[in-house]
Amino acid sequence: MTFVYSPDLSGLILAQSIATAAYIVAALLFILALAGLSKQESARRGVVYGVSGMAIALAATLIVVIASGALVPDDVTLVLGVSLLVAAIVIGGAIGLWRARVVEMTGMPELIALLHSFVGLAAVLVGWNGHLYAEGIAPELVGIHHAEVFIGVFIGAVTFTGSIVAFLKLSGRMSSKPLMLPGKNFLNVGALVLFLLLTVWYVITPSIWLLIAVTALALALGGHLVASIGGGDMPVVVSMLNSYSGWAAAAAGFLLNNDLLIVTGALVGSSGAYLSYIMCKAMNRSFLSVIAGGFGIEAPSSGADEEQGEYHETDAGSVADLLREARTVIITPGYGMAVAQAQYPVADLTQKLRERGVDVRFGIHPVAGRLPGHMNVLLAEAKVPYDIVLELDEINADFDMTDVVLVIGANDTVNPAAAEDPGSPIAGMPVLQVWNAKDVVVFKRSMASGYAGVQNPLFFRDNTQMLFGDAKERVSDILGAL
Amino acid sequence: MTRIGIVTEQPGETRVAATPQTAAKLRALGYDIVVESGAGHESSFPDASYEASGAAIVDRATAWGSDIVLKVAAPTDAEIALLQPGATLVGVLAPALSPDLLAALAARGVTALAMDAVPRISRAQSMDVLSSMANIAGYRAVVEAANEFGRFFTGQVTAAGKVPPAKVLVAGAGVAGLAAIGAASSLGAIVRATDPRPEVADQVASIGGTYLDVVVPDEAKEVSSDGYAKATSAAYDAAAAQLYSDQAADVDIVITTALIPGRAAPRLLTAADVASMKPGSVVVDMAAGQGGNVEGSVSGERVVTENGVVILGYTDLAGRLPQQASQLYGTNLLNLMTLLTPAKDGTVVYDENDVVQRSVTVTRDGAVTWPPPAVQVSAAPAAKAPTAATPVAPEKKKLSAGAKSGLIAAGIAALFLVCAVSPPPLPQHFLVLTLSVVIGFYVIGKVAHSLHTPLMSITNAISGIIIVGAMSQIVVPNPLVQVLAAIAVLVASINIFGGFAVTRRMLAMFQRGDQK
Repeated sequence: MTFVYSPDLSGLILAQSIATAAYIVAALLFILALAGLSKQESARRGVVYGVSGMAIALAATLIVVIASGALVPDDVTLVLGVSLLVAAIVIGGAIGLWRARVVEMTGMPELIALLHSFVGLAAVLVGWNGHLYAEGIAPELVGIHHAEVFIGVFIGAVTFTGSIVAFLKLSGRMSSKPLMLPGKNFLNVGALVLFLLLTVWYVITPSIWLLIAVTALALALGGHLVASIGGGDMPVVVSMLNSYSGWAAAAAGFLLNNDLLIVTGALVGSSGAYLSYIMCKAMNRSFLSVIAGGFGIEAPSSGADEEQGEYHETDAGSVADLLREARTVIITPGYGMAVAQAQYPVADLTQKLRERGVDVRFGIHPVAGRLPGHMNVLLAEAKVPYDIVLELDEINADFDMTDVVLVIGANDTVNPAAAEDPGSPIAGMPVLQVWNAKDVVVFKRSMASGYAGVQNPLFFRDNTQMLFGDAKERVSDILGAL
Repeated sequence: MTRIGIVTEQPGETRVAATPQTAAKLRALGYDIVVESGAGHESSFPDASYEASGAAIVDRATAWGSDIVLKVAAPTDAEIALLQPGATLVGVLAPALSPDLLAALAARGVTALAMDAVPRISRAQSMDVLSSMANIAGYRAVVEAANEFGRFFTGQVTAAGKVPPAKVLVAGAGVAGLAAIGAASSLGAIVRATDPRPEVADQVASIGGTYLDVVVPDEAKEVSSDGYAKATSAAYDAAAAQLYSDQAADVDIVITTALIPGRAAPRLLTAADVASMKPGSVVVDMAAGQGGNVEGSVSGERVVTENGVVILGYTDLAGRLPQQASQLYGTNLLNLMTLLTPAKDGTVVYDENDVVQRSVTVTRDGAVTWPPPAVQVSAAPAAKAPTAATPVAPEKKKLSAGAKSGLIAAGIAALFLVCAVSPPPLPQHFLVLTLSVVIGFYVIGKVAHSLHTPLMSITNAISGIIIVGAMSQIVVPNPLVQVLAAIAVLVASINIFGGFAVTRRMLAMFQRGDQK
């Protein structure tokens, strides 16, 4: 809140005290919202906390906005401002609610990437406004103010284009192959160095051209950063952008002297960073190597493409027979299930088997899909009870005692090479040890290798049978045969 | 039309080469099926059941005079004389141990296919008669042992006192050994198993046994390259002998399954070991027919030692479950005939380049064609070989504890310096920032995996809090700033409303199993 000495300010000061108190309450509610999300039972309450926190923050800010009318000489500014504000919230809210209602659960990654870009855009605009209107800044803080503008715009712009590119890739409007510019790491580091130099320059002589230059630089950097990362690393990218959008909000908080923005931004920023960390751990890779991109591009060390033996093809009828005899079944879905929209027939199959008394569970690898937790949401959408959907660590020991494993559209996350071949590019990555089960049925379009470009020895094991074709059709065939 | 004959076996062989079920499927391959009257009697398949499946019941000479004769045991000289020159005989011929038989068959001009010479490759598993019979024999060995054993297998606590579980040692964890381990552990016994191939330890554990490792100093364990056990080294044998002696004194039942293809069975238990066993103990020597794993076992006989240990040397264990054994053997034969009849038109097409067909053919065109060229099949982890050759990827750089605390100290010092030199509002902001980051990490660290997507969408919604910043810029005397702020408010509201709404929608979908 800018603080200017001027005669009639009692209303504004009161409004600001109210706002400060409200912001503390809102920050607390946001923390409770995130804490509520930690368990299924409390998750819905978490959303209520989040919504109330946001409502309190908005109401308090609205009061301050109206009270700050005392600062401006004419009423036109106030009326124009408030009407713009109301119109923007109404339009934005309507768009948001509409998108949230119609989005397909398989399209969730795209939506989330797109929403990240909005925070980035807002941060850029707030930063620009900080340049265009910088009244009432104490003289000793001017330099810091300029640096804050620059940093806020930079983070916001990187988030903006990064998210747009991620959105385009996830929605298939852009090839999900990594873009390989020569010297891409040099470009990224060079952009950061240039940003530092521009910041110093801007603090000394704040010119709008420098701001335009840094905006363009950051937009290019964000686009390039995400463009050079491949489709399978998207869970890391999306959570990384989530983190950036938080830091963008926190930077705006520094710029505007607003603690609520800092608290919320830091919460979101650390949340996204933590998710990225979990995803990287699940792939046994360092964060930097994901961001630097190019995984699986170099030729794998051992001759990965050579045939590793013969695979056994099966048909839906035999799989149905296998399932009829089974007592325990584990289904391990991957991105292929999302692509084929197979979650509904899979859920029907699960229900049918459970009615027969078969113990059916799901094993979800942390990086299955294109978004952290993507598979869980798809299965929930198809009404698979969440208490039979287990994560890697919970289920890995149980494959020994399992009769049949159905691998639906997963590849690298069930690759035994990760556990057994130290020369493999994915060596050391924690994987679902499906091969320990008595029988494994792999649903697959063809014998092509997975995202990492690594051949999967699972397909050539004696207890593995391949069921080729569209996952949705094949699962429906099995349902018919049961 | 090509005629397949199913013949009656010699007395003592209870199995038959085709059941009514497999006969019907052979007919579906385009063959004409004739069955010698009474062929299925010992396996409880009456002639009428073969007729019902479309086969013709014929006399002995007609059945033996068929183009293809399917059989279980190797033929006697009298039977060979019944074969037509140029006919094909399929059966279990033990080619490595019976050169005379092969010579006689070759002299008769018969093409002989030995079912026990099927190579151990994945594709041929469905024809592997050794595996299918060993599986039955392993199960039956446990049943025979239980029959002789004067106690329960499982432990019980009853009103009349406590019953300890039986201890079973299974030597050799091949197909028969694994079947025995499975059968004995499902009866409730404590099962231990030995095998020179360390890679079977997991398989043993998976069906309820405990793998006993033979500890050999300074010698790498052998990894089988063709799926069968090999002869072992002297050092290994000494260590193994000690292990067997120790175990013999402890366990109640020993089942030995150790066979090495083409050689006499290795001696695992000495007479002294057997003498150290408790009275009433049972030893089943499944290798008695090939010389025996146990000193004192007699092929095909039940022997009781002086100290009251029963040694069973039955060689017909699979035949003691004749219906099951005939069905599995018949299916093995059916799968071979399917391979030999690619067009399903009742015509045999022999492909010398097919490794399975080449391996089973032991005589052809008047010549003995055994042994076949070696087939190297890896049933062991193939990764072993390249591992040694490939330079192991350099260990990922892990920060040492010292370096880590150094980094943390440097970070704290940097934060301290920044806060110390910056003017008034900044240090407070840094305090708020660092505390929030710490809270964020702790709160998020507890979030369940399955809720990661809802978590992302709710953090998305609350990062729309940047709207507060945009709102505070909307009432300033600069229309450009006002418009830019309005745009920022608009996109941030999409985020807030969209984010919360989609999170609610997702969470509503998550249901517990019992809520339905």
